[in-house]
Amino acid sequence: MTPFEGYEFTKRHCLDISDFHRADIENLLALGAHYSDIDVQKHGPRDVLAGKTLINLFFENSTRTEKSFELAGRRLGADVISMQVASSSVKKGETLLDTAATLNAMNPDLLVVRHGSSGAPSLLAQKVSCSVINAGDGMHAHPTQALLDALTLRQAFDGDFSGIRIAICGDIMHSRVARSNVQLLNMLGADVRLVGPPTLIPTDADQWGVEVFHDMRAGLAGCDAIMMLRLQLERMSGSFVPSKREYFHYYGLNREKLGYAKDGAVVLHPGPMNRGVEISSGIADDPDVSLITNQVAAGVAMRMAVLHALAEGIR
Amino acid sequence: MSTLTITDIRIMDPASGRDEVGNIVIEGGLIVAIGDVPVRGDVMDGYRLTCAPGLIDARVKAGEPGQENLETLASASRAALAGGVTQIVVQPQTVPIIDDLSLVDFILRKGDALPIDVHVAGALTKGLDGKTMTEIGLMSDAGAVFFASGPEPIENAQIMRRLMAYAATFNALISNSPVTPALSRGTCAHESDVSARLGLPSAPAISERIMAERDMALAELTGGRLLLDLISSAETVDSLRRAKQRDIDVSASVSINHLALNELDIGDYRTFAKLDPPLREERDRQALLRAVEDGTIDIIVSDHDPQSAGRKRLPFAEAANGAVGLELMLPVGLKLAADEEIDLMAYLRAVTVAPADLLGLQGGRLIEGGPADLVIFSETEPWVLDSEKLLSRSKNTPFDDRRMTGRVRHTIKGGQIVYSAR
Repeated sequence: MTPFEGYEFTKRHCLDISDFHRADIENLLALGAHYSDIDVQKHGPRDVLAGKTLINLFFENSTRTEKSFELAGRRLGADVISMQVASSSVKKGETLLDTAATLNAMNPDLLVVRHGSSGAPSLLAQKVSCSVINAGDGMHAHPTQALLDALTLRQAFDGDFSGIRIAICGDIMHSRVARSNVQLLNMLGADVRLVGPPTLIPTDADQWGVEVFHDMRAGLAGCDAIMMLRLQLERMSGSFVPSKREYFHYYGLNREKLGYAKDGAVVLHPGPMNRGVEISSGIADDPDVSLITNQVAAGVAMRMAVLHALAEGIR
Repeated sequence: MSTLTITDIRIMDPASGRDEVGNIVIEGGLIVAIGDVPVRGDVMDGYRLTCAPGLIDARVKAGEPGQENLETLASASRAALAGGVTQIVVQPQTVPIIDDLSLVDFILRKGDALPIDVHVAGALTKGLDGKTMTEIGLMSDAGAVFFASGPEPIENAQIMRRLMAYAATFNALISNSPVTPALSRGTCAHESDVSARLGLPSAPAISERIMAERDMALAELTGGRLLLDLISSAETVDSLRRAKQRDIDVSASVSINHLALNELDIGDYRTFAKLDPPLREERDRQALLRAVEDGTIDIIVSDHDPQSAGRKRLPFAEAANGAVGLELMLPVGLKLAADEEIDLMAYLRAVTVAPADLLGLQGGRLIEGGPADLVIFSETEPWVLDSEKLLSRSKNTPFDDRRMTGRVRHTIKGGQIVYSAR
């Protein structure tokens, strides 16, 4: 498949949702849908990235995102290398830009970066001559996660979800997933809400084009989809929330709270889940409600789409 | 003895309010006549140019001693003169920290050999530990012009109370950084929708106000003299204005960066605009400009803080704070005046006579019989800043590539022309 009929994808990097306009996003999602077919994925064209080198550079631990990129790269025929940053020269005091220069000298075509500091991938992108894909930076952005969430939702809502109401719930403050999702869902015309305790929602989040709720019942009213976020357990010690028990009582998703949403509402979670903290097992494992495994499947497809699109730009 | 007359120049002296076109006659390092006076000796044509007292920059970090790779006193003095600055006050956070009278003496001796006046701010606590009082009396006698908390505030209110009460004995000025550590520690940006979107750890503006209010209350209690070091928010300006109405002996400084830039200048994680305090919102900048004009904020400083490119070219949260400013404090001020964002006389007052009076320094005014320390500039010359051409040893400035209006032509110190633009 040529990725974009009559349309030229010109972006070199994938750093933030705001790098793209609506047409880019629509085309990426269409390509993602194409790769969602498991036959296409497994037996599809291995020549898309043939001869190309993809380097996974993860400064923070990750299993699913890193493996998802690795699989996506391999299924398109790329040579994939994962840098073990934790045990590499970074620990010996090498700066990010020195690492960038070193990698650049190896002439990769695609660099997938996760870093604990907001803006680090964009700094790297200024210094390397290949495409940089942000696989999560600090509290800033996680664009491929937002894209795969959109792809999952699109499949759940038969291709178009403009006008549907989505609540993003939990630790918005520390979440790059939430930030990227707010941008993307807004761009695609969804009605986005943020739900969580005031300590976990940035003071100025109401200026993001969303409605902010501190009460689950009001926040979930009329929602078609609910996106739960992981609550880092270390938040308990910083006085963000008092305990797991109280957090689950007020903000954890169970049957009762799901009842506040529209009938047939679906549930997403970027993983990894804390069962019994932000989501009950009953919901997480209910195939009629939970799209969580669909998200993982969509992750590989969506990342194939992003890599494919960027490879067009490299050519 | 040589005599020099600068002719037909706009003379602006905030101390006297003089603003007229006239002549200035300089002889023996002093101004001997000023205004509508006859020409004598050599002539410098000042037509369409403006003259003001040499600037006093009360907040300069020099790398000497200990970090000469970033800046030496000599390179700082060259940068200063290129920016019309004839007197600087160096901050105590050197290596070692200036917390002892021998170190005060070391800096002053170094300064004696330089073409500008070098003054010293002593450390308020030993090693800037925030706990142990330095020899404030002896260091005052040795020439320290005020005592600074350094980049970290004195967190403990009891210690701050004692420092202020003790310093009051010597009528010494104490400066504290108005930051509430519990709110600001580990953050690198102003809390707003911009930093929230960028995902940067941020502190609210009230972090500044809370500490400023505490220190002003302690100043009232102890009768000490307080300088709020680098204020940056509209909220703090309001608190300061109220305190001044109650006759508390408090003054405040603002950096030229915070008068000219706001949080949007961070853009896509531009670490050269990463400052401490962080850049804030446009309404804060406007409040700061108005506060300089009405005298609520006493002095403008460059907050000259040389950093190497390596410490700046890092992810935003990890990058060093600070910008060089000695050469840019006047041009940026002239640009603000040209854009009608600030009254030029009010700006000049805050960089000349106001710091002179606050710190008890000579100069900062154009008077007959006074030292001939002055700067001659064009208010209208357009130019583009190239950071590589800065004379400072470090080039970290958020103003790189900016279009400027107004430029220094000559700097005169003790009657000698010590800098001329090429």
